[in-house]
Amino acid sequence: MRHKLLGGALPLAVAAGLLFAGSARAEDTLKIGVLATFEGPFAILGEDSLRGANMAFKEHNMMAGGKKLEIITGSSDASPESAIKAARKLVEQDKVDILIGPLSGDEGLAMRDYAKTQPQMTFINGTSAAEPTTLVDPAPNFFRFTTDGVQWMAGLGTYAYETKGYKKVVTIGEDYSYPYTQVKGFMIEFCKAGGHVVDKFWTPLGTKDYSSIVASIPEDIDAIYVALGGADAINFLTQYEQAGGTKPLIGGSITVDQSVLSAKGKRRDYLLGTPSAGPLADNWDNPKWKAFVAAYKQSDAKAFNSPTLFSHGYYIEATAMMQALDAVNGDLSDGHKKFRDALATQTVDTPTGPVHLDHNRNAIGDEFLTEIAAGEDGNLYNKVIKVIPQVNQTLGVSEEEYIKTGQPSREAPACP
Amino acid sequence: MSAIADTLPRPLPLWLRAVLSHAILAILLVIYPLIVPDFWAFQIGGQSLFLGVISLSLMFLGGYGGMVSLAQMTVAGVAGYLIAIVGGNSLNFGLMWPWWAAVPVAIAGGTMAATLIGAISARTTGIYTIMITIAIAMAFFYLAQQNYTLFNGHSGFASILPPQVFGIDWRAPIPFYFMSLAVAVLSYAIVLYLSRSTFGIALQGIRDNARRMRALGFNVTAHRIAAYAIAGFIASLGGILLAWFNSRISPGTVDTGPIFEVLIIAVLGGMRHPVGPFLGAVIFVLLGTFAIDFIDRERFNTLIGACFLAIVLFSPDGVLGLWGRFMALIDRAGAANNMLQRPIGDEDGIQPAAIGRLIPGRK
Amino acid sequence: MKLFVLTFLNGLTLAGLYFLVASGFTLVFGLMRNVNLAHGSLYLLGAYIGFEVGDYTGSWFLAVVGGFLSAAVFGVLLQILVFRRMEGQELRQTMVTIGISIVAADLMLAIWTGQTYQFEPPDWLYGGTPLPFVKVYPTIRIMVLVVSVAVGVALWLFLTRTRIGMMIRAGVDDRGMLSASGVNVQRVFATTFAVGAGLAGFAGVVGGSALSIAPGEDTRYLLASLIVVIVGGMGSVPGAAIGALVIGLAEQFGLAYSPTYSVVYTFVIMVAVLAIRPQGIMGRA
Repeated sequence: MRHKLLGGALPLAVAAGLLFAGSARAEDTLKIGVLATFEGPFAILGEDSLRGANMAFKEHNMMAGGKKLEIITGSSDASPESAIKAARKLVEQDKVDILIGPLSGDEGLAMRDYAKTQPQMTFINGTSAAEPTTLVDPAPNFFRFTTDGVQWMAGLGTYAYETKGYKKVVTIGEDYSYPYTQVKGFMIEFCKAGGHVVDKFWTPLGTKDYSSIVASIPEDIDAIYVALGGADAINFLTQYEQAGGTKPLIGGSITVDQSVLSAKGKRRDYLLGTPSAGPLADNWDNPKWKAFVAAYKQSDAKAFNSPTLFSHGYYIEATAMMQALDAVNGDLSDGHKKFRDALATQTVDTPTGPVHLDHNRNAIGDEFLTEIAAGEDGNLYNKVIKVIPQVNQTLGVSEEEYIKTGQPSREAPACP
Repeated sequence: MSAIADTLPRPLPLWLRAVLSHAILAILLVIYPLIVPDFWAFQIGGQSLFLGVISLSLMFLGGYGGMVSLAQMTVAGVAGYLIAIVGGNSLNFGLMWPWWAAVPVAIAGGTMAATLIGAISARTTGIYTIMITIAIAMAFFYLAQQNYTLFNGHSGFASILPPQVFGIDWRAPIPFYFMSLAVAVLSYAIVLYLSRSTFGIALQGIRDNARRMRALGFNVTAHRIAAYAIAGFIASLGGILLAWFNSRISPGTVDTGPIFEVLIIAVLGGMRHPVGPFLGAVIFVLLGTFAIDFIDRERFNTLIGACFLAIVLFSPDGVLGLWGRFMALIDRAGAANNMLQRPIGDEDGIQPAAIGRLIPGRK
Repeated sequence: MKLFVLTFLNGLTLAGLYFLVASGFTLVFGLMRNVNLAHGSLYLLGAYIGFEVGDYTGSWFLAVVGGFLSAAVFGVLLQILVFRRMEGQELRQTMVTIGISIVAADLMLAIWTGQTYQFEPPDWLYGGTPLPFVKVYPTIRIMVLVVSVAVGVALWLFLTRTRIGMMIRAGVDDRGMLSASGVNVQRVFATTFAVGAGLAGFAGVVGGSALSIAPGEDTRYLLASLIVVIVGGMGSVPGAAIGALVIGLAEQFGLAYSPTYSVVYTFVIMVAVLAIRPQGIMGRA
């Protein structure tokens, strides 16, 4: 028995150390939690998002509203459960004042629900882009300064129908919420313009061999809209080319981004001319964007050729947070009320144009219509065709009318 | 020398030691949530308890039955999905029954799923069981991910909340802790009782030599399937707590990662005594929560994998085995002092580490 | 009709890839009774190292050789450092390989990041070959099929015509007897492990050329191997071929005709086989 108690003392001491480690705090310091995916297959994206957030913090000399910022990171593996566990640790154990994150769509939905249980805290999105996060039953203390997956598609449907002359397309995407959202964003405009989506192929997550999907694509179509990401996109695109496919492609926001274009292996020349759309474009001719790209490349030896959606998104969210903190002199003493008002009413001048929030606290910002081109160095990049200014969450229609189109799913919307 | 020995307290009888240590443990477990912050009661305490319960179901199957099933998280997932579908969720999909109807349905469903898994895999042993249960677990994962009519696909269900009973919100940290503690104690008692019952002894006999037991007239397959069913009942209890804890369930809950985590927890703690899985769960949860503060954040899997490897390679009985060996050493040192020779490590039924074998089974 | 033929070909070629991975897995199990759940890690590791070799030398063929050799070396290390030390303790071996696969996956993620890698096969392999019924078919997939048949035949010759092959077969039947008749069993084990692991690495490069390489592929091919050998019969190389065919065809026909549940079908087949014939189609009871 004596030994038991003795043996029990050591773990207890360690536990006590952990217990009180989180509670020390200086008056002039603000604790900021940054939550992203540092584990699992999305780890590379999580690292890039932290790169973006750190760029913003460094630009502000780690100060905002006259207070020093202390950054604490939290890690998820892209599952909503792990995101909430990490958020709980940051909020309840590390006692952060403001939390920035998460990275992916389903995590964002979970964070909205968690935010409602922590009304004293302010939550700022990372790059999660699911539509319902702010459109359906939003949390009053959750702010999103990045646009969602539907907004990213602004202009693409019209461009595909009118300029490219595609009348009939099929879509291919992984079978989960994010590609549903992207397909919806594309189809809203494309269907309105008069186009037809004759078939939608949803491939189970984890499918790597697309050859039989490729074989099923009908002959009498004008183009294929592809909303696959990462390895899935690469596999599909290669297999389509090898099978002798000749139809032009239309890309979702992460189908032809730098993570696919700069993947190791053969250069993907057949992608040249593929139109796509998203919240950023590699070669935008704007001094602020160019300065951002230059700073990004300098920030870290492991950085990509050009900022990804993730470094871009976290940079914007962190900048927005610090701008609002500056406006209220770092005063959160009134239960974050002044700070939240500042967030809700400010306009943030980002490298990709001005951003402000709507009444659901979702961003209204510029979107970029792009086409893939080959640069002088031989690398492929997204060339700007057009900037669509100040796209809101309902793509210009009234909220009641927009909600009638239904939440994105396998079936909705439809225009066969 | 002998005069000194007389003044030293005499060693307590074994049964008294067992009762005393359990009593002290019980007091600590009850006081714990009242003196720590909510985060520690809920996320560390509650989570350790229900993960321990799910791993306990594997310990029961593996430790007493010699069947290492990797489908225990799947069974927990079935119960979790059922509580969402039957008991209500944010989508207002399903039946919306009150908790006193939904909970039994979820437990029954989980137990039935476990029995079915048992029926499929009971004719196999050892590594075959591992492989077949992995495959079954993955089949369920893909089914849940692809099906929208019942499982709501990749997104799963959110807002699965425990009921408000007796005016208590059972999702609040301290009530949730005590609910988990109650379930853990119940499961622990079931396993402990069964391990000493006729059924448990027969099961251990089948584990050690199935052919001999068959020759003695035991229905080996039936015993095994019954063991799966009991383990399924326990895993279902844990699964409901898991769904309530996360307040959501999705295919990610039953993916390869969590499936292996159950095994890691059981092996980490030790598969020889029902307290092992709880010990493993505490270690796992502490590592999972605080590793980010101490090591490079991305390398959590290396850390947990290395711990697992070290345990499997050097202490096949898990942390419990290490403890047993440590106690044996101290006892021996103590024995040299007061000239009392005690049976080594024979406390609370914890056996000294058997070198070389993780689970008693085939040689 | 065209869709049917194409899907059939796709299933056949995918089966080729599955056979390459699963044959090594089943060979090791057949002789040594150890389930190497790090087999998928060997696949991924061989692919990554093969890619580095290919990138450095500019030769796809050297990449294939690099993939085979690196995985073979790791396989032998596994055998000497792990399996030999715990002979006869099947469960413990399995646990160790689970631990190794978790650590290996994380370390590979640290080294090669989450990027997607795709091999650059020679130009004559890239593109399509004219075939009856389907106009063109990707050359690389035809290559996968040809290579897997060749490997299957080579394995058969190795097992039936060479001295070491005969020892391996004798070991499968009665390990004690083989050892008693003066054969250095450990050398036979190491050879088998090298061949089995090497095949995984080889398949990694082939699979990375026909498809691509990314984190998570280790678990995918481990699972595929498990199902293939469970269906075909543990320890039987012809069983692995049959299992691979069944699973490959089921997966592709599922994807073409009812994509939603395509992944589930393979598992249903597996459970059905187990219910009727627990030892697998070619397995010995």
